[in-house]
Parts: sequence; C-alpha cells; structure tokens
Amino acid sequence: MTSTQLIQLIQSAIVFGTVILYGALGEILTEKSGNLNLGVPGIMYLGGIAGLAASFFYEFNNPAPSPVVCLVLSFVAAFLAAALGGLLYSFLTITLRANQNVTGLTLTIFGSGVANFFGGSLNTMAGGVGQISVATSSAIYRANIANVSHLGVFGSLFLSYGFMVYLAIALAIAMRWFLGRTRKGLNLRAVGENPATADAAGINVTRNKYLATCIGAGISGLGGLYYTMDYIKGTWANDGTIEALGWLAVALVIFAVWRSVNAIWGSYLFGLLFWMYLYIPGLTRSSQELFKMLPYLVTIAVLIFISLRKKQENQPPASLGLAYFREER
Amino acid sequence: MEHTSAIQLKNITKRFGKVVANDSVSLDIRRGEILSLLGENGSGKTTLMNMLAGIYFPDEGEILVNGQSVTIASPKDAFLCGIGMIHQHFKLVDVFTAAENIVLGLEDEGKLDLKAAAGKITDICQKYGFSIDPAKKVYDMSVSEKQTVEIVKVLYRGADILILDEPTAVLTPQETNQLFTVMRNMKADGKAMVIITHKLHEVMDVSDRVAVLRKGRYIGDVATAETSPQKLTDMMVGHAVSLNIERPAPENPTPRLDAKGLTVYDAMGVKRLDNVSFTAMGGEILGIAGIAGSGQKELLEAIAGLQGLSAGASILYRPIGTAEGDQGVELVGKTPLQIKKSGVSLAFVPEDRLGMGLVGSLGMTGNMLLRSYRKGVGFFTDRKAPRKLAEDVMEQLEVVTPGVNFPVRRLSGGNVQKVLVGREIAQEPSVLMTAYAVRGLDINTSYTIYNLLTEQKMKGVAVIYVGEDLDVLLELCDRIMVLCGGQVSGIVDARSTTKEEVGLLMTRFEKEAAQS
Repeated sequence: MTSTQLIQLIQSAIVFGTVILYGALGEILTEKSGNLNLGVPGIMYLGGIAGLAASFFYEFNNPAPSPVVCLVLSFVAAFLAAALGGLLYSFLTITLRANQNVTGLTLTIFGSGVANFFGGSLNTMAGGVGQISVATSSAIYRANIANVSHLGVFGSLFLSYGFMVYLAIALAIAMRWFLGRTRKGLNLRAVGENPATADAAGINVTRNKYLATCIGAGISGLGGLYYTMDYIKGTWANDGTIEALGWLAVALVIFAVWRSVNAIWGSYLFGLLFWMYLYIPGLTRSSQELFKMLPYLVTIAVLIFISLRKKQENQPPASLGLAYFREER
Repeated sequence: MEHTSAIQLKNITKRFGKVVANDSVSLDIRRGEILSLLGENGSGKTTLMNMLAGIYFPDEGEILVNGQSVTIASPKDAFLCGIGMIHQHFKLVDVFTAAENIVLGLEDEGKLDLKAAAGKITDICQKYGFSIDPAKKVYDMSVSEKQTVEIVKVLYRGADILILDEPTAVLTPQETNQLFTVMRNMKADGKAMVIITHKLHEVMDVSDRVAVLRKGRYIGDVATAETSPQKLTDMMVGHAVSLNIERPAPENPTPRLDAKGLTVYDAMGVKRLDNVSFTAMGGEILGIAGIAGSGQKELLEAIAGLQGLSAGASILYRPIGTAEGDQGVELVGKTPLQIKKSGVSLAFVPEDRLGMGLVGSLGMTGNMLLRSYRKGVGFFTDRKAPRKLAEDVMEQLEVVTPGVNFPVRRLSGGNVQKVLVGREIAQEPSVLMTAYAVRGLDINTSYTIYNLLTEQKMKGVAVIYVGEDLDVLLELCDRIMVLCGGQVSGIVDARSTTKEEVGLLMTRFEKEAAQS
C-alpha cells in the first residue's frame, strides 16, 4: 500500500465513521435514559431525507441560493424530523409503555419507508434518478474547514473534512462532560440505571426520558444528514445504505461501552475495517463482503470481552429496555 | 428531660381494599428520643411510617409536624417537613459513588461539585460517628455501608426526623451495635428517631419508648425502662382468641419425614438455618411459628430440594404405605423434581401469591398442566386430565372464576390461593407443605383452607403449616415447632401450650445472644 493509498483509506474511514458516530452519539444519550431505541436506522433515514428535502425545495425555488440559509434549513430540518421520530418512540414506550424493541424496529421500517418514498418523489421532481441537485448545500457541507493544499500530510489527514466531522467530535466530548460532570447528567444516568431511585430522589423520570430520547434522536438524525450531504454529495439513493450504517451505529454504542469519547475512535476504526477491502489486492466480490463483516465481528468480540470482565462500569445502563412505572400503591 | 413533639399522628386510618392496615392510630414522635415501633409481621408498622415518608397517603386522620397540620403527598413533601425514612430496600444507584448517590436529585445552584459534597459528607460522618468513603462505588459496598449511605443521604438533606425500617435485619451484631451508637449520637443531637423492629432485645437496648401495634391497631406506648420483654410480648401477641377451628385427634401418627441437622447458608454466606432437626408425622399438622425471616422459607425449600444443604444433613422420608420398620428414602441429594414425584408437595404462598407456583397469564387448566405436562403421548401433552382437575378444584373449593381458562392473575387473592392449594392436594402428596396459606384471605376462605388441610391430615398426610397468626397455629396444629434465628427454639404440643409460651420461644435465642 502506498502512502497516498493509506491517506485515502484514513480519509474515507473518517468520513464513514462520522456518519455512524452521529448515530451512535444520539443512541448513547438515549440509552443513558434507559431507552433502547433500535429505530436508529429509521431515524437516520428521517434526518437524511428531511435535510435533503429542505435544501432541495429551497434551491429549486431560488436561482441564487444562499449557502448559509441552505445550511441552517437542512440542519434544522434534519434535526427536527429525527427528533419527531424520537418523540413518536418516546410516546409509545414511555407514555404507553409499549415494548421498546418492537417499537424501535418498527420505527426503523417506518423511517426507511418514509424516506425512500419521499426520496423517490424528489427524484421524480428533479427529473430522474440521480438528478437531485442541492449543489450549494452539499458544497457548504463538504467545504474543508481549512485550506489544506500547503499543509501536506497533516492537512490531508486532519483538516480535509467538512465541519460536521469536527462537530461530531466536539459533541462527543461535550456529551462526556455533560454526563459525567453536571447535575443534569447525573440525574439522567440515575434515570437509566434505577428509575425508582431517581423518582424517589425527586427527579422527573418521564421528562428525562423524553428529552434524552428526542434530543438523542435528533443527533442520530444528523448522521443521516451528513450521509446525504457529504458522503453521497447531495443526492438520494434507494439502496438501503443508511439502514446498514444505522445498525453499525447501534453496534458502535456497544463497542464504545456507552462512552461517547470511545465512540470517536471506535467509529473511525469501523470505517477502516469497512473500507480495508478496497486496498487489499486480489479480493473477489464475495471475499469483499467478508471484510465488510469485520465491524460486527469486532463488536461481538467486545461483547464477549466485557461480559467476561464483568466490570460494572462497562455494563449497559441497568434498566435499559425496561419501561418504568411507579409501583401500585 | 422535657421532649418536644416532632410529629403527632391523629386517628390515622389506611385501608388497602377491604384490608384495614391502620385503624385510627394516634402516635407521638418526640425530639431527642428513640421510639421503637414494635409489632408482628403485618401489624401495620411500615404502612404507618410510609405515610410519613410520602409513600402512602392516609385515608383518614391528621399529621402534625412541629404542631402544624401538614399534607405529605410525596417523598419530596416529606423531605420538606424534615422527615427522612431509611427503607429496608435501599434506593441507591449501584454504579454511582456514595457522594453521587447522596447529592442525586438535589436542586442546588451552580455546577455539580462532588468535592464540596464529599467534604460535607465527611463532616456529617464525623459528627455522628460513622465512616464512609464518598468516592466508593455502591456495588463495592457491604450492606451496612449501603445503609450508612442511605442515612447520610437523609441527613445531608437536613432531615431531623429519622425513620429506620427494620435497619438491623440485614446487619451483623457488630454492625448493629455501631448503628445503635450512631443512633444515640443523633438522639443527643436532638433528632427524633423511630426504629421499626420486631426484635425485642433491640427494643430494650436502644429505645427510650416503645409503641406497640397489633393487627393495625395502636395498643399503647410505654417507657422502655419501665417494661420488660415479657410485657412487650404480651402487648404484641395479645390475649388468645378462640377461633373454633375443627381439630380431630391424629389417628395413629407415623413418622413421615425425619429431618436431621439441616443447615442452610444464603448467597451472602449468612446462616439462615442452623442445625434444624425434627420429625413430621403422618396424620398430624406440624405448625411452624417464628418471627418473619427466622428460616421458615429456607426450611421448606430445603425439604423441597430448592436449597443447598450443608454436609451432615439428612431427610429420611417414608411415603404413605411404607412398611413398618422401613428406613425410608433419603431426600438430600435428590433433585426437586424427584422429590416432588416421590410425593413431597410444596404449596408456597409468597407475598405476591403469583410469584411462586402459578403462572398469572395462564388459566386454571394451564396451571394444573404445570404439574402434569410430562404426561401424555410422546410429543403432545395431555390437556384433558388437567382440565378435569381444574373443573374439580373449581367446584370443590368454590373458586370464583368465569371459567377454567380465565387468567388466574385476574382472580382475587383468595381464589388464587385455592387454585394453588387445590392443585397441590390433588397430587395426593404424602407430605404437604404450605406457607402463609391464608395470608390476605377473608375468614370464610381461611376456614375452607383449614378444613382442606385437616382433611389431608386425616388421610395420613404429614402437613407442615407455616403460619403467622399464633391463634390459628394454636388451634389448627397438633404440634408447633418454633424457629428463632434459624434454630429450633422448641417443639411444643399445640393442645397444651399457651400463646405466651410460643411468643417467648419466638424470641428466645435473640435474648440469649443479647445477654452474652
């Protein structure tokens, strides 16, 4: 492998990793409240299509679209649509106490259906598959944060990405600070660990769960936005890639043992493993697919490892997946 | 010394459905004093205190804190009144440190400062004489440390009225002494303390005043210095009440179960059953009395093969029809299934009736099937026999249900118990063990159960009846074995003994332990 190839591999790993990093960060926040939202793929779909649609209609109706408006519109639309998905999930699982796994899986199917339906419509409006043009929006998402042409290897490795790569890292660090160092973070973790105790301590369990799930879904949705705007450069493809990435995000949550900062390097590692097949000579199509399994294999290995270690801090939040209601008095 | 009143309860009544848990109770809790709330299991001690902690809301009556009438509708309200309760089941987050647990839910200004909290925690500890490491995780703590965290949590919030619900149940004697020292320090600091307990020697040891509850009623209060364990026992158990339970004399009783040296340790390594030996006779009802948690559950489970026994234990079993002089079969070492098949039946009625023995979402037929699903042709189970059995039980025991396939979870407690006991009796056991078979049942249903057990006894079955109500034990059983702290403190003839004698046996070893 040449050094150019290595740099290319790392670059694609980071771009790939950022998509699932958003998905995983949102899911970590959600799971810290005790909600196991398996609707991450669906939520990423919702975020992706909403961001794309917002940009598309704005650019479609304006001959000279402003990049800032493009950015704000698509960003807000993606976050809100995804958060709405989270709200739906919250209402079903927290208020109606529906089964979390079933609700999550349903949300995945729902999100992918909605997104592919509207994706198809956008394609038709734009005049055919691949004709969607949100050039201005995509350009602002893909704009490198610094001019890297004279910065050599360092520049290509660390500074050659759109702003969302750095936003994801900042978000991961902020989340760690929030969960570990603030009163509200402590309360949220208590809700996910032992809602009865949190309730007795005067913490509003329902509100914490709703907020964490909706904001978490919003963050996951940004992964879908990053995917459509940067990863596939402002278009739409009904090929189910977002769903595959969504499941990887769920796997990443486990891989990172529910720690947002671990998810940063974990996501890049997943990206490396995922793209490695391109740089290994002599692979056939079928052996390529074997390589794409690697992130999941690594997740299984991590699961085995943390189960064997039995360290309390590495376990999922104790009440993950369970609905809470005050015992009948 | 003059004590000012911290809390006054006036005519508090609390009902759960038809059951009256507290019947017009009035009580005074004073500052600078440790009050023991004494009573048997189910006498309403915890319910009463839960109303101060904001867990329950009284149906009738008035609560005054510092002379002012208050409404305590939530744990938060209780805190605002300065009341803190330490429950039997700790409310702690395992993966948090002591300090994190203590500050949890507090709405202080500014950022989360665990260092400052740790400092305040250390101050509280020094003031009253306990020690905890604020940075230690709860999952690394012993039970006693967890309890300390709970107490500090309450003090940290500024509570000056503390209620401890059976705090010593989970402690070793040394830890209990430490706790009592702390309690005395808090008393000296002018705090009002209530300790809920049914251990007489602790009452004598730590409290200044004792208030006794019996069956939800307030019996009275006495200064500890002016009373004795004997007097308290009398207050606790009351005078014998005649129930007129039919009790025919046993017909040629023969040994059915011969248990020797049963010792059981629980998962924490605490001895729950200590060298228990007894013989259960066929044609006899053997009552088992004891304060809750004296080893009754462990004893029954040990016989049923659900508990691991320490070496040296032996349970010889002679089913109905065993020839005279036959040694019998050894049950120790057999699996629960083998024991069950050989005719030892356990009808355990736990606190949440459905927890053990019945599946709530199944109907009566389904639950009967749980005992017979291995029968049937090959792959298929036989559903006809259980259905027939369900119909028989329903008819004979007058189970009120819309149908044999109606989920038992939705039946009333008494009917659920009838299903459970009816099923066990239908197995035609040689030994029938029941625990709390009439808990929560009305009088008539209770008598139905008593008659069923007596019927079994007359068939030559050895019936083992674990009960709470001494009056029932005295009239239903032929012999009563009293357990105390996992040991047998006596086996008495139920026809000639008195309530007082059994009551004293129930606390015998505790007092000896306290005196030594």
